[in-house]
Amino acid sequence: MSSYGAYVGKRLGQFLLVIFIGINIAFFVTHMTPIDPVEQSISAATSFGSTSPEAIEMLRQSLRELYGLEGTLWDQYLDFWRRVLVADFGPSLSAFPTPVSFLIWNALPWTVGLLLVSTLIAWVLGNLLGGLAGYYRDSRLLRLAGVIAMAFHPIPYYIVAFVLLILFGYVWPVLPITGGYQMNMARGFNPEFALSILKHAILPALSLVLVGVGGWFMGMRALVSNIVTEDYVTYAEYGGVDRNRILTSYVMRNALAPQVTGLAMSLGAIFNGAIITEQVFGYPGIGTLLVDAVHAGDYSLVLGVTTVSILAVSVAVLLIDLLYPLIDPRVRIA
Amino acid sequence: MLAILRDLLRYNREFAAGAALMAFVLIVSGLSFFSPYSPQDIYLAPPDVPPSWAYPLGTTSRGQDMLWQLSFAIRNTLLFGFTVAIISRILSLIIGLLSGYLGGTVDRVLMSLNDTFIVIPLFPILVLFYFVMRDNMSWALLALVMACLGWAYDARLIRSITMSLRTREFTESGIFSGMTTRQIVTQEHLPYVLPIMFSTTMNNINWSIGLEVTLSVLGFTNINTPTIGVMIYWANQHTALVAGIWWWIFFPVALVVITFIGLFLLAVSMNEYIDPRSRLSRMGGAPS
Repeated sequence: MSSYGAYVGKRLGQFLLVIFIGINIAFFVTHMTPIDPVEQSISAATSFGSTSPEAIEMLRQSLRELYGLEGTLWDQYLDFWRRVLVADFGPSLSAFPTPVSFLIWNALPWTVGLLLVSTLIAWVLGNLLGGLAGYYRDSRLLRLAGVIAMAFHPIPYYIVAFVLLILFGYVWPVLPITGGYQMNMARGFNPEFALSILKHAILPALSLVLVGVGGWFMGMRALVSNIVTEDYVTYAEYGGVDRNRILTSYVMRNALAPQVTGLAMSLGAIFNGAIITEQVFGYPGIGTLLVDAVHAGDYSLVLGVTTVSILAVSVAVLLIDLLYPLIDPRVRIA
Repeated sequence: MLAILRDLLRYNREFAAGAALMAFVLIVSGLSFFSPYSPQDIYLAPPDVPPSWAYPLGTTSRGQDMLWQLSFAIRNTLLFGFTVAIISRILSLIIGLLSGYLGGTVDRVLMSLNDTFIVIPLFPILVLFYFVMRDNMSWALLALVMACLGWAYDARLIRSITMSLRTREFTESGIFSGMTTRQIVTQEHLPYVLPIMFSTTMNNINWSIGLEVTLSVLGFTNINTPTIGVMIYWANQHTALVAGIWWWIFFPVALVVITFIGLFLLAVSMNEYIDPRSRLSRMGGAPS
């Protein structure tokens, strides 16, 4: 038990470090650049019509307070951390006076629901097929799957999503191509609404799975084809253990550990995908929120989304790390 | 070196295919040096002309000849990828080699830093960076930022190779004959790491081009420097697909997909070449 305790301690340390460095990057990117967000907002606000100099000065003052740009750099730094810890990023400028944290809370379930589910589907599917392909090497069907996975893997996500959009939106319009649910439908916990959400999620999820599966497939296949040559597998085969059982509980069980680590590592990339997926399919999540905020010049919203995505990813990675000893018992004893 | 390349071309189908694709892409980008137009100029040609003899790839709604515009775009995109890859290779080499060779506290500190950079979501940070810099966001600056964020994955790989090299006898004889850390790392360990660097370079170029295309498509880069992503961005701005100007989207997408597959095949075949086990099984005399 004490060794698990030490493991948890180490992981917690790493978790805090990720948050620390991430938040620092966010702070320094926004505070160390020569461009002043306050002056930017003012020039945006005063570009239409004339405003009196006193009004501009007042605007400047209140914006500086709002953005936490008062006092020395050190004061600003401490204030920044305080805001992060209490999750208060001030009011959004583009949707004034709605607080930024409210907007993010509304968008987060969409992103997490779509991305987490499709990442997990891709992971399970890729590992399953990859394991089969590594073990039954002579199967034509699995070889074909390998070729398809190889071909899809290097194509940038944006392009796959775009092609799917054209295929199912224009060429063969059977699926809704935009939005998270049907526009004129009341939101609530009823089967029609759930079905609508599901239908709208098919295309974005499909695009994510298509791109994601290849990497897991190839990784698992390589791991499995290394493990099958081990003595204990040969021994089990000679001992007459059922081949499917060898694959699942002898071979894939051992190959799973690095793949779980890989899953934790790829979680950061989920947010990269989120922005594109949601942009292409008009999905109402964090990514759409971020892009809209950039276009609207909403400083506090952009900063809030960046901070929350850093926090969310590090929490997810910590969860996987804490569950890891279940898969790899070596962590428990060592 | 040349003999290796010749053998790879002859015996490794993936390498040959990848090299052919990349040669094609390089030729297209080389065309940009012969372009009669400057890439920034617009309304030089009649707009919206479909592919024809006069304009082999058609023209855009902004009155640019697609062929020349595309050659500039792919040149900038490739250059961007190479710049990011080279800077981030230097970072990952230094960190990986030092961390693997020195071990101990240095290793622990560098690797927790490394794991942090692997996990941190890059895209929101890049968007934040664009948001702050706005029009000051240049091509070179973006390359620098992405290189600083993109070294971590390969540093870990290099570290694991160096760790096994450290236990080999030649390292010890190097230490006993009085070589300094710098000498051992650069003269003894670096040559072992270089082949794998080549394949990670290809992967890194793919990664950075993918991110650049993504950022540009959303308009989060300098949209006046033509790259593949910027071309798609302008096509989207002019709703090219709805207007039926398919060639404006199709050719950039096709070219970037060719680039991706080419680089990916090169990386995979290099990996296979480096791993002696798979090389043996390719020759047919291997324990499978």
